[in-house]
Amino acid sequence: MNIERRLVRKNSLEKLFEILKQNKKSVFAPVVKNGKASFKTVESFSTVAEDYIQTTQSSKELVFPRVEKFLDYEKNGKDVSVKGFDYQNVPDTVLWGVRPCDTIGFGALNSIFNWDYKDEIYNARLAKTTILSFSCNKSDEYCFCTSVGGNPGSTAGSDILFTKLGADGDYLAEVITEKGQAIVALAPGLFEKADTADKEKYLADVPVKFNQKEISERLEKFFKSEKWVEASLKCLGCGACAFVCPTCACFDIQDEEHGKTGSRMRCWDSCGYAQFTVHTSGHNPRSVQSQRWRQRIMHKFSYMPERLSVYGCTGCGRCSRACPADMNILEHLISIQEVKL
Amino acid sequence: MIDSLYMPYLMRIEKITCEAPGVKTFRLKFVNEEDENKFSFKAGQFGEYSVFGAGESTFCIASSPTRKGYIECTFRQAGKVTNALAGCEEGSVIGFRGPYGNIFPIDEWKGKNLLFIAGGIALPPMRCVIWNALDTRENFNDVTIVYGAKSVSDLVYKDELQDWENRKDVKLVTTVDPGGETPDWKGEIGFVPTIVEKVAPSAENTIAVVCGPPVMIKFTLPVLAKLGFKDENIFTTLENRMKCGFGKCGHCNVGKMYVCKDGPVFTQAQLKDLPDEY
Repeated sequence: MNIERRLVRKNSLEKLFEILKQNKKSVFAPVVKNGKASFKTVESFSTVAEDYIQTTQSSKELVFPRVEKFLDYEKNGKDVSVKGFDYQNVPDTVLWGVRPCDTIGFGALNSIFNWDYKDEIYNARLAKTTILSFSCNKSDEYCFCTSVGGNPGSTAGSDILFTKLGADGDYLAEVITEKGQAIVALAPGLFEKADTADKEKYLADVPVKFNQKEISERLEKFFKSEKWVEASLKCLGCGACAFVCPTCACFDIQDEEHGKTGSRMRCWDSCGYAQFTVHTSGHNPRSVQSQRWRQRIMHKFSYMPERLSVYGCTGCGRCSRACPADMNILEHLISIQEVKL
Repeated sequence: MIDSLYMPYLMRIEKITCEAPGVKTFRLKFVNEEDENKFSFKAGQFGEYSVFGAGESTFCIASSPTRKGYIECTFRQAGKVTNALAGCEEGSVIGFRGPYGNIFPIDEWKGKNLLFIAGGIALPPMRCVIWNALDTRENFNDVTIVYGAKSVSDLVYKDELQDWENRKDVKLVTTVDPGGETPDWKGEIGFVPTIVEKVAPSAENTIAVVCGPPVMIKFTLPVLAKLGFKDENIFTTLENRMKCGFGKCGHCNVGKMYVCKDGPVFTQAQLKDLPDEY
């Protein structure tokens, strides 16, 4: 469908929020606490953060929770009865205030969870989610969305994209999908006609730092480079980069037992962990940290583009902000571009 | 009762066979008949076997698709899940997801000689394709099986080895590592690569399937090359750590391949294009 452009007055956002709540939507929005923004299920508009660059965690947990229960079981002697995923209880949710670098990330998640087998649980959560994103009016030195195909006002992955027109201005609302139209239909009076509003001049300036296609081509010949060791010497293998990443979707499957009952669940995992690949025999195909760092970069910038036709990085910069050892993916990618092959 | 990709079939353990110290074979029957009716698989595929409360573990289906009504798996007690499996009794219900992965292209091997080379606990992933070939024996020329283990007690499927020994249409060569023999041992004594060099058929019109510990494979491949086997005619099955089994969890990703989706069966020619991360 064509994108519909509407104007939403700055003091209408609260009304929109209230209408969403009146319509029994769960609203997942950024909340600032101790200087850090994070997504929470919020009840009151006054707690929603507006002036922040990026949340510490991405919003992927809405469709790919940190722990997702697949089934419950109950043992009775030698028999077992099993109850599957509870699709009825997936909440009808509005993701509010998310940045374009997260909404683009849903494209990568969609590819991972559906490229071959279809992951019904992920799809059920996504189907019940409406994404109301907000363009970036400012950025920081970690941001590089424009180097990986995004931009601070990208509509990709959003149902409605709001762009604040000036520091104290109203909002341009770009209604992108039918899910977005359904939100407009809940509060048609709040979405006025907007023929002339130009969002571009209000967007953050995020300069392009490297050529993504060139990086991918270089990585094909870069596998055996000694640069991987150099670049990953500081890596603690803590996995924080994967946990904050909007596209990292690797997971573990674990059981939890309470006497005769229990459940099976998937939990976030990271290719940065030594145990990620270790065989029961003790053999570990990626036995040192540099191999694991290489896997992270190769997977995002070489393997995913080839297999899934999508990059595994949105340039949100979270991994660099979160890294306790101050590793910086942007600096590393630039250095790959500068190496003589 | 499959309501998501992660929902296992419930399987009842019909029969437990102790193969070797710490190694057991389970024969599994579907608890629900409708599950059994819609289930099918091909030689080479694997599944996720689970003890509820302990978790899931990945093994190949060790029985042949030509034997209907059940599947079998053989495992060594090594980690949390295999220890929990080993603690199960006949009649217990466990979980099974699958079949996953690609297959041995046995239909393309019609009219060829087959050479199966296995070491230790790696016979189970090959047993499926061996029985598949023997149950459709008329499709193939000479069938040779070379199977080695550390010691006589480590040889699995002892009854079936006897069965293959007795058949006139199979050449079975068993071997144990030096020192692993018993006084009445009638097989070979020596490492698998050496025995392969001695007994292998001509590489002409022959497919080789090799499964075993990394060190056995490492020393067997040069022998096969010396005998004239081309990389595209040497098959193996990889055993990377896996969780989901269908290309999402990321664990078995090696280069651009997912062992669970593009494998577990690979030719040596394919493996040469992969990073050495398996």
